[in-house]
Amino acid sequence: MKKIITFSKAAEMIPDGASVMFGGFMANGSAERVIDALVARNVQNLTIICNDSGWIDRGVGKLIVNKQCARLITSHIGLNKETGRQMNDGELAVELVPQGTLAEQIRAGGYGLGGVLTRTGLGTLVAEGKQTVDVDGVTFLLEKPLRADFAVIFGSVVDKGGNITYKGSTNNFNNIMATAADVVILEAEKLVEIGQIDPNAVITPGIFVDYIAF
Amino acid sequence: MDKFEMQDFIARRVARELVDGSVVNLGIGLPTRVANFVPGGVNVIFQSENGFVGLGPTPAEDEIDPNIVNAGGRPVTILPGGAFFDSATSFGIIRGGHVDLTVLGALQVDARGNIANYMIPGKMVPGMGGAMDLLSGAKRVIVAMEHTAKGAPKILKECNLPLTAVGCVDLIITEMCVIKVEPDGLKLLEISPGYTFEQVQNATEAELRWEND
Repeated sequence: MKKIITFSKAAEMIPDGASVMFGGFMANGSAERVIDALVARNVQNLTIICNDSGWIDRGVGKLIVNKQCARLITSHIGLNKETGRQMNDGELAVELVPQGTLAEQIRAGGYGLGGVLTRTGLGTLVAEGKQTVDVDGVTFLLEKPLRADFAVIFGSVVDKGGNITYKGSTNNFNNIMATAADVVILEAEKLVEIGQIDPNAVITPGIFVDYIAF
Repeated sequence: MDKFEMQDFIARRVARELVDGSVVNLGIGLPTRVANFVPGGVNVIFQSENGFVGLGPTPAEDEIDPNIVNAGGRPVTILPGGAFFDSATSFGIIRGGHVDLTVLGALQVDARGNIANYMIPGKMVPGMGGAMDLLSGAKRVIVAMEHTAKGAPKILKECNLPLTAVGCVDLIITEMCVIKVEPDGLKLLEISPGYTFEQVQNATEAELRWEND
């Protein structure tokens, strides 16, 4: 059994200055209720790692609009105009990472790997200042693993052991982020008893999860 | 042609490149509309980089499932036989060469097949999303775009915006023409009805090779 906490209790666990991975893709599969509690608590100076910066009123976009994010590591910011404005005005540091590289950096961080060798980004600004590695005559870019203090992830149906199944396309970064943070907080859309999810259907094993927010 | 008709004209021509049984990823915007023109008898599997294959049409307002969106965050559907997965698997599919074709828009393309489509420094910086991975991993890359930006050429000798990827474009399809990127430059394959070679070349900074009459 995992510790089951309220959304506001989940938000209280995350201090100013923390690094936090947020699952979700354009707010699809985002932990909206924990994010709302973080907005209400007005936690400051966050480093946010998320596929994108959401919409102004959905997903991590709400934290950006409320000026709670100091540093953002992401692949896309185009659908939240406030992110671009804060970046251009020097209020927010944005590091743009190719989406597949971001996914693999997080996976490497969670899977105990020393990094990722990818051809993505070679010959572009992404490769600047980074080491390259030749493997059997092919050049790869070395991308380092990524971890965070917290991961705030989402599950559609969650059992009290933290096992997760996802509906539709809500999985996206949730499954990999579950592995790559010191403390993993899982927002459950629906919470069921242990045994009510067929072990064959589990996508993210509950052992990665520390707290269930419900 | 107005802008919408022009984009549909381009999308329809791109759709003729679709190969039966292939896995295809369509970028946001104009490329998304290629799905509206899949030729009869051709079945393709569309991949959505946020985590599924079997991407289906946009649902009617009363049939929207809020759990299913495309890479632009818009409601879509999944077809029978489709599958959902996480972003690591999605990009394993993309980087690992399991996507046969990707169709993307561009700000600039050049004679060496370089492409710039993710930022205009100081002006517009949406980010690359999955584009860099798609360009480096897909087996075939088609750029689908309007030939010029307000009259200014987008097909250049050399891109001057930050590159999204180097030397990876195979085919460029615009309202004016179809261009193949070859090791020694750009070869004009088709000129759209109503245009002459001179008009196409004048709207293109890079030199075009045209062998037909």
